[in-house]
This record gives sequence, structure tokens and C-alpha cells, in this order.
Amino acid sequence: MGKSIVITSGKGGVGKTTTTANIGMALAVMGKSVVLIDADIGLRNLDVVMGLENRIVYDLVDVVEDRCRMDQALIKDKRHRNLMLLPAAQTRDKTAVEPEQVAKLVENLRDDFDYVLIDSPAGIEQGFRNAIAGAQEAVIVTTPEVSAVRDADRIIGMLEAEGLNDPRVIINRIRQDMVKRGDMMDIDDMIEILAINLLGIVPDDEDIIVSTNKGEPIVLNNKSRTGEAFRNIARRIEGEELPLENSGREKFMQKIKRMIGIS
Amino acid sequence: MAPFWRRSKETAKERLRLILIHDRIELSPGKMEELKNDLREVFKKHLNVKTEDFDISVSRKKDSMALEADIPLRDSR
Repeated sequence: MGKSIVITSGKGGVGKTTTTANIGMALAVMGKSVVLIDADIGLRNLDVVMGLENRIVYDLVDVVEDRCRMDQALIKDKRHRNLMLLPAAQTRDKTAVEPEQVAKLVENLRDDFDYVLIDSPAGIEQGFRNAIAGAQEAVIVTTPEVSAVRDADRIIGMLEAEGLNDPRVIINRIRQDMVKRGDMMDIDDMIEILAINLLGIVPDDEDIIVSTNKGEPIVLNNKSRTGEAFRNIARRIEGEELPLENSGREKFMQKIKRMIGIS
Repeated sequence: MAPFWRRSKETAKERLRLILIHDRIELSPGKMEELKNDLREVFKKHLNVKTEDFDISVSRKKDSMALEADIPLRDSR
């Protein structure tokens, strides 16, 4: 049986979908079989971030309502055959499915895949309830801003109330220059405030927009530091103990090493 | 490094700490003020309280939170 993980945040726009796409792709590159579920019914986007929007025939609601079989709805990624996407319905809303139905669907997919990653919609209503229904673990995406951290804290409480204990957190869009001048909370600040387990840190990077423009997750770019951050997150999910990357305060020697190109 | 008055992250942290405390105990700052006023009246009924210095606050310990009251008393000797 594979493992099911929901990627959620509370607040919208912090990078849940990009994170789901990249972790999924990274795990697939590592040789794992992965299915991504877009649980944002009515506002589907994971297909676009993955560059698979032209291949959609059926969706999650079609499967739940028995209009098609699961294998007809699953879209094979064009780069990695062991990566699949179950798209959300675009013309329905989150009341089209019930949490129990999603839980059953996820359970079935765990038979066939090493990982079932569920991309949650923003908010704390039924869409969120649907997304967490079949999840065994939770990953929370947040950014170093007051509003996002506040929502993350609330989501942690709600997940724990649902029995999803010890969710792990990804801090997205860290800007080293702002951390350095004291205008952005750093990793230590966030850990202190949220009292959480950190799964990873992702730098703010305009290449994410470029990769979304093209529909190519940034983990596919081996030279990208942001891609590296997502690859490390995937390795930590696989159980590897990796030190956290530079949290924004680059040590002097590291800086020198990087400047002369030996690091 | 920026001078301390320019470090907006300190402001962010301070605000977040307070916001999270109120979120977690499900008591808004306004309700807390009401509670404080009610408590002050209760204590005043039984004790000679320095009402102007009466204060309550929520403190966060490792895994729990506690409501702390500072109730300064007048010495009537």
C-alpha cells in the first residue's frame, strides 16, 4: 500500500499547486509511482501547472459518479510514465463529492501507487474536508508573512482535530535579501512561532513563473536551486535525513565558496 | 544589518504571537477587554484593588496556555 499525503495551507496563493506538482515530479524522477489528485473542484489548476491541460477527458467527479473507470480518468505525464494526474472537475463545485467518496477513491489508488498526493483547495470548508478525507499525512505550505502563518497555525489545529497529527511545513518564497535586512521572518522565527516540524524551505524564484508558463515543473531543471529545494523535500518524504538548506543567512565561507564556484 | 527600528520582521513576529494566542483561545482582543473589565468589578467587590493597574494576559508555555491576572492591592494601613 502506498502513502497518501495532502498538501494544504488555509490561505490561498501560497504555492500549494506548484508544490504538489514539483514534489510529485521529484518523487517520480526518483523512480516512485505517483498519482496527483487535484481536489480543487471548480477551480482546477494542477493540470495547467503540469502542462497536461490538453489531455483531460474525464475527471474526479466522473469517477465518483461512475461515468468512467479510474484508469480512463487518469492522465499519464508526458515526461514520466510513472506519474499520473487525476484532474478536478471544472464545471462543478466542491459539493459535488463527499469526503467519504474521496476517502474511498484515495484508498483504492493507494493499492496501485507508492504515493497519492492530494492538492487541497484554499479555505477550511468542504473542499478542504474532501481533500484531507483520505490522507494519512499532511504537508502545510506557508510563506513568511503574518497572514499565511496565521492560517497555517489554524490549519494545523484543524488537521490535528481530524487525527492528522504532526503535519510538516514547507516555507515557500523565502527571500534571502529581505531576511538579511530584517524585513522577513527567517526559518528560526517561523519554527519558534509555529512549533512545527519543517519539511523544507523554498526560495522565492521568478523561474517558477517561467516554468508555470511552460507547464514544466521546476524540478526538471537540474541547475535550479529552487528545483533542488523541491528535490530535497521529496527525499525527506522518502525518509532521508537531509539538513535544511541555507535559511537565508548565508555563512561567510559559503558565500566565498559559492562566489569562486566550488559549492 | 538594518537598525532595529527598521526591522519589520520584529513587528511581524510580535503581531503574530498575539494573533495566534487569541486565535488559539478563541477569544478576540475585544472580548478579552470585556473579560478584564468584568473581572476587575468582581475583585473590586471583595478587595481593595488598584483598579487602574489591574491587568490580565495570556501567556504561552511549551504545550499549554494560561491566563494570568495582575491584581495590585492597596495597602490600607
